[in-house]
Amino acid sequence: MEVKILSAKFDIEGAHTLDVAKKHGAYATLDKLFTMDPADVIEEVKNSGLRGRGGAGFPAGVKWSFLPKDTDKPVYLAVNSDESEPATFKDRYILVRDPHMLIEGIIICCYAIGCHDTYIYIRGEYTSQVKILQAAIDEAYEAGYLGDSVAGHDFKLEVTVHRGAGAYVCGEETALLESIEGKKGQPRSKPPFPAVVGLYDCPTIINNVQSIASLPFILEKGADAYKEYGTEKSTGTHLFGISGHVEKPGMYELPLGLPLLEVLDKVAGGVWKGRKLKGVIPGGSSTPVLTEEEAKTVTLDYESMAEHGTMFGSGGIVVLDETVNIVELVKNLIDFYHHESCGQCTPCREGLGWMLKIVGKILAGEGSAADIDLLLELCDNIEMKTVCVLSAACTMPVRSYLNKFRHEFEAYVEKGASMQAAEIQE
Amino acid sequence: MSDRSQLIETGKPFKFDAERDAEFERLVKRYPTRESMILPALWLTQEQEGWISAEAIGYIADRIGTFASKVFEAATFYTMYHLHPMGEHHICVCRTLSCWLREKQEIIDFLKDEIGITPGEISEDGKFSLEEVECLGHCGTAPVVQVNGEFHEEMNVEKMKSLLAGLK
Repeated sequence: MEVKILSAKFDIEGAHTLDVAKKHGAYATLDKLFTMDPADVIEEVKNSGLRGRGGAGFPAGVKWSFLPKDTDKPVYLAVNSDESEPATFKDRYILVRDPHMLIEGIIICCYAIGCHDTYIYIRGEYTSQVKILQAAIDEAYEAGYLGDSVAGHDFKLEVTVHRGAGAYVCGEETALLESIEGKKGQPRSKPPFPAVVGLYDCPTIINNVQSIASLPFILEKGADAYKEYGTEKSTGTHLFGISGHVEKPGMYELPLGLPLLEVLDKVAGGVWKGRKLKGVIPGGSSTPVLTEEEAKTVTLDYESMAEHGTMFGSGGIVVLDETVNIVELVKNLIDFYHHESCGQCTPCREGLGWMLKIVGKILAGEGSAADIDLLLELCDNIEMKTVCVLSAACTMPVRSYLNKFRHEFEAYVEKGASMQAAEIQE
Repeated sequence: MSDRSQLIETGKPFKFDAERDAEFERLVKRYPTRESMILPALWLTQEQEGWISAEAIGYIADRIGTFASKVFEAATFYTMYHLHPMGEHHICVCRTLSCWLREKQEIIDFLKDEIGITPGEISEDGKFSLEEVECLGHCGTAPVVQVNGEFHEEMNVEKMKSLLAGLK
């Protein structure tokens, strides 16, 4: 089931260095790139159907076309390498194992959108990873792939790495821009969207690492070759991160559209310890959970996920075995989002804290049935009433656990904190 | 360790060493505004000193040409900046979803017993500090522990025991 498009060089020793990467085709698309019209590059990416791999799944080529046509301001590219959504760890493989594929993608994107300054925003925790990325950038400068004249062509491009320092919210596009500007990462109200007013008030495109890294293949082989993978509307391949209760967790590149359970069994070795499946989180912790029954019919693409009431997200799949205590899981989740709230909007800052207290009360055996309904009501009152979607990233999954596993919350209300894991499974 | 609103004065002036000074000058050319240097300058300070003091905040503000309050605001917002000295070995254990599912609590409990501190504390001899942190992006090799920035994957109590023995 696995394919090797983005991950083609991942298993090659030393592929993070320029010499080895070049031997295996890095930067080979640049000669073709500079013979093309930028508009044709955008058209090719649009035709490929490539969708933003950060989680939202917005068509990449369409996003680029939102840039104003007649601006006299500089255009910026910000590469989102904040990768902080729990269960997401795919971009790290690109940064560490094939950073030159990312740099080549940046060159392609910048040529297409007329950008000469790129910032790669990398999460602060990636300490060894940032060194490998910076070393690759230094090599690319040295070899003339970056700088005043990219690969000898009349095109200037500077790439700068900007380190975050431990704030999940900076993965949100405009919080990321604020952070590059030296401010705390509080998202901006939209509109205006960053394509019009972005970094330093200039037109800015923000793309995920994997989206950018997909460009060299699309340019080299063409949009049609890319569309040979995946489904009609969810084209191409994706780096899926599979974690939680499976025998073989890890990162796997797969075409979109495969049946979820088949992937879990054949690729990830099935549920660990011979246990039964309770549920699956399909695309990072902010995506609504799927029950075992729902997981049977879902396929790994944007459309099927939406039909099942959830989201494709970041492709970070988390498997929950039969022993998982859903109430404790929900507490772990709310704790995360509450901790990561930037504090700007009251419903998020206060509301998530309130939800955390209520779940804690239920876990302590002091909750009532009304508390379960209060949690649902809070979800409705917080969601979409804030500047960004961080709070919704918490309330959407929490609502799904409350609705699909309500009996576990009720068991705590009825039996108190003495309830054992065995009773949850009944 | 959890109070992020208080700065500590060392009573001594702070400045970048020659290496950090050169790095600051190299980086400042990469941004159209000097304020963009706030996060990089805080990182340089922490690399040099291990933490960020009141004097360092003032120095960074002067160096950039901005208000100390702006530097202070960033230093307190971003949780990776240490506003006081940490243990010689700063141990971060991921507490989020996938590490939680794969029993990170056993590692925390072991460390509590072994070092005698709870997350958020520094050992009396200054050797260790322990912190529970949010998702570290290593979910496929959970549970994960980071010691002074270095990742240790697929951890368990046995592996933590030998890692700790190497640090003592």
